Amino acid sequence: MDFARAHVLVCGGTGCTSSGSVKLIEEFEKRLAENGLEKEVKIIKTGCFGLCALGPVVVIYPEGAFYSMVKVEDVEEIVKEHLLKGRIVKRLLYQETLENDNVKSLNEVDFYKKQRRIALRNCGVIDPENIEEYIGTDGYQALGKALTEMTPEGVIEEIKKSGLRGRGGAGFPTGLKWMFTANANGENGKFVACNADEGDPGAFMDRSILEGDPHAVIEAMAIAAYAVGADQGYIYIRAEYPIAVQRLKIAIAQAKEYGLLGDNIFGTNFSFNLELRLGAGAFVCGEETALMTSIEGFRGEPRPRPPFPANKGLWQKPTLLNNVETYANITQIILNGADWFTSIGTEKSKGTKVFALGGKIKNTGLVEIPMGTTLREIVEEIGGGIPNGKKFKAAQTGGPSGGCIPASLIDTAIDYDSLIAIGSMMGSGGLIVMDEDTCMVDIAKFFLEFTVDESCGKCTPCRVGTKRMLEILDRITKGNGTLADIDKLEELAEGIKSTALCGLGQTAPNPVLSTLRYFRDEYIAHVVDKKCPAGVCKALLSYKIDPEKCKGCSLCARQCPVNAISGEIKSPFTIDTAKCIKCGACESSCKFNAISKQ
Amino acid sequence: MTPKNKKRGRKMKSLAELEAIKNKIKNQVEVRRESDSSTRIVVGMATCGIAAGARPVLAALVDEVGKRNLSDVNVSQTGCIGMCRLEPIVEVFEPGKERVTYVKMTEEKARKIIADHIVNGKVVTEFTIGAAE
Repeated sequence: MDFARAHVLVCGGTGCTSSGSVKLIEEFEKRLAENGLEKEVKIIKTGCFGLCALGPVVVIYPEGAFYSMVKVEDVEEIVKEHLLKGRIVKRLLYQETLENDNVKSLNEVDFYKKQRRIALRNCGVIDPENIEEYIGTDGYQALGKALTEMTPEGVIEEIKKSGLRGRGGAGFPTGLKWMFTANANGENGKFVACNADEGDPGAFMDRSILEGDPHAVIEAMAIAAYAVGADQGYIYIRAEYPIAVQRLKIAIAQAKEYGLLGDNIFGTNFSFNLELRLGAGAFVCGEETALMTSIEGFRGEPRPRPPFPANKGLWQKPTLLNNVETYANITQIILNGADWFTSIGTEKSKGTKVFALGGKIKNTGLVEIPMGTTLREIVEEIGGGIPNGKKFKAAQTGGPSGGCIPASLIDTAIDYDSLIAIGSMMGSGGLIVMDEDTCMVDIAKFFLEFTVDESCGKCTPCRVGTKRMLEILDRITKGNGTLADIDKLEELAEGIKSTALCGLGQTAPNPVLSTLRYFRDEYIAHVVDKKCPAGVCKALLSYKIDPEKCKGCSLCARQCPVNAISGEIKSPFTIDTAKCIKCGACESSCKFNAISKQ
Repeated sequence: MTPKNKKRGRKMKSLAELEAIKNKIKNQVEVRRESDSSTRIVVGMATCGIAAGARPVLAALVDEVGKRNLSDVNVSQTGCIGMCRLEPIVEVFEPGKERVTYVKMTEEKARKIIADHIVNGKVVTEFTIGAAE
């Protein structure tokens, strides 16, 4: 490959792909050729940069110029000005990187400053479809080191010492899991597997790692297989992640071609093969026993534990199952040592965690922070705060299994144990920010609807219990709830928690319990006052026109889809609340702020 | 743009082969790491520079850096340095050293700068602005 003086990195993650980055690449190729630059400038389609809110993202090195929301029409200017004449197009830069007209390094920008990228180290840096780029950034060195310099016990010892805990959500010590699997009787074979069945609404870190750096997971699985004594691995990934699936297929084929998967890797006795298994997208298949049942070709349903997969997993053989992000940390621990890893994070949670920031926040996207970073730092500094001058109300972590962190606890340092202590959980890393316009009862209902839909139906507490809870929540949001309903909700929640078969059911009541814990007054307002304080639950709302402010322009009446507004021109209009469907079209159309909901 | 190594039929059998690929590609990927230790070669590419022939100079620099597989060297452009009569101008910034300004560059001179200055550490005094003035 020839040396290229400039590299144009175009984000090829799912976010930027859907905002049109593929067309940008075509345009860059065309314009570079027009200007005779195609040999000295290289275009690289990378994984996610993290700032999905500003996509499509284009970064040009060696200057490190970060262009955001690039349109096809902008490409010609970037090529002619920046790549031909060396003048950065300041107009198109991510404006945070401009300070007094000088271009700052990306690492000094608020969004990146507090981040520490270990699992995401190659995302947005290398071309995930080119194994040589991965090798050029120390790829497969950790596997080489493990196979030639370390014993399997030594590898496990290092992982144990690192304090790495499962990034899928529960936080089980990874080294222990490896040790249990290594110690299990494997005379009939053992397996390693990767859980890439990321199903939480709002979570997309595993997808981004696989899209941006698939070899990191493949290499780590090979190391794990060496450590526990397996020779076959499976990656269970949902079919809804087409880009990740495609890149994994390419990566596995390239690794085989280079002899990094297959027999006698690096001339040693170690052999390892890896296959993909696609899931149809059932949330329950993220639960480890259901996932393995699905890999075996059966309907994805969980089974009781023990026996744990470390003893009886795939086809009743010992199986090591880790999550994508857990694997993405392994090579760095092997290369840099456990002591390096333990220097990052808190006492009981080492390293970093990737969060998918979403909801009412400026910088929607992917962030990787050291454990122990406070929620305030994530929301206000990295996330850029809440848009439209609204107030922070709560953050939801752990998706349908997690809970809410209210504004009063915004200074909580985030790690596994602190989140459990306040009734939430780390979960896989979805972090949804909510502002004052969010109704907490409605949020609890949203997550419960999700679990009711996704319950596999095998055990009664989950199948019937969550449904009953949802019916109660539905009553409350429609203004038909009673105080006794709130007590019943709590009783049901505790019952389901302690009796459901698998993690899905056991954690399903968490969103309800945590909102009840911190926002009980909102539930009571719905039940007693028949009011939704955030103005979300439609049944409890009514729209009113303030006759003092109304100019009688009739604009709202013309916007109303059900003709519920009537009146004489130039005199105040009125809303027929019986006809009103509470769509809010009138409120947003009024030029005089005369319409409000109550 | 992805290099497909279709010709490569042989699987790697040792760590040394992995190392060889890493070294081959290292200087490629390094362009993307913001580091304070890299040498920057900057070519004046304003209208004056281009008119005076900066493009072949730039191409020659890029070609030499690539051929010699030099790591930690960046080639980039800048606007008008202000001495249009001395264009094409090439400046070399090495960490911890004074910057060196070469003037009235040609393709051949550019190749010599890579060989003498960047590789062997000897500033080509005869091409510098001091010698021209």
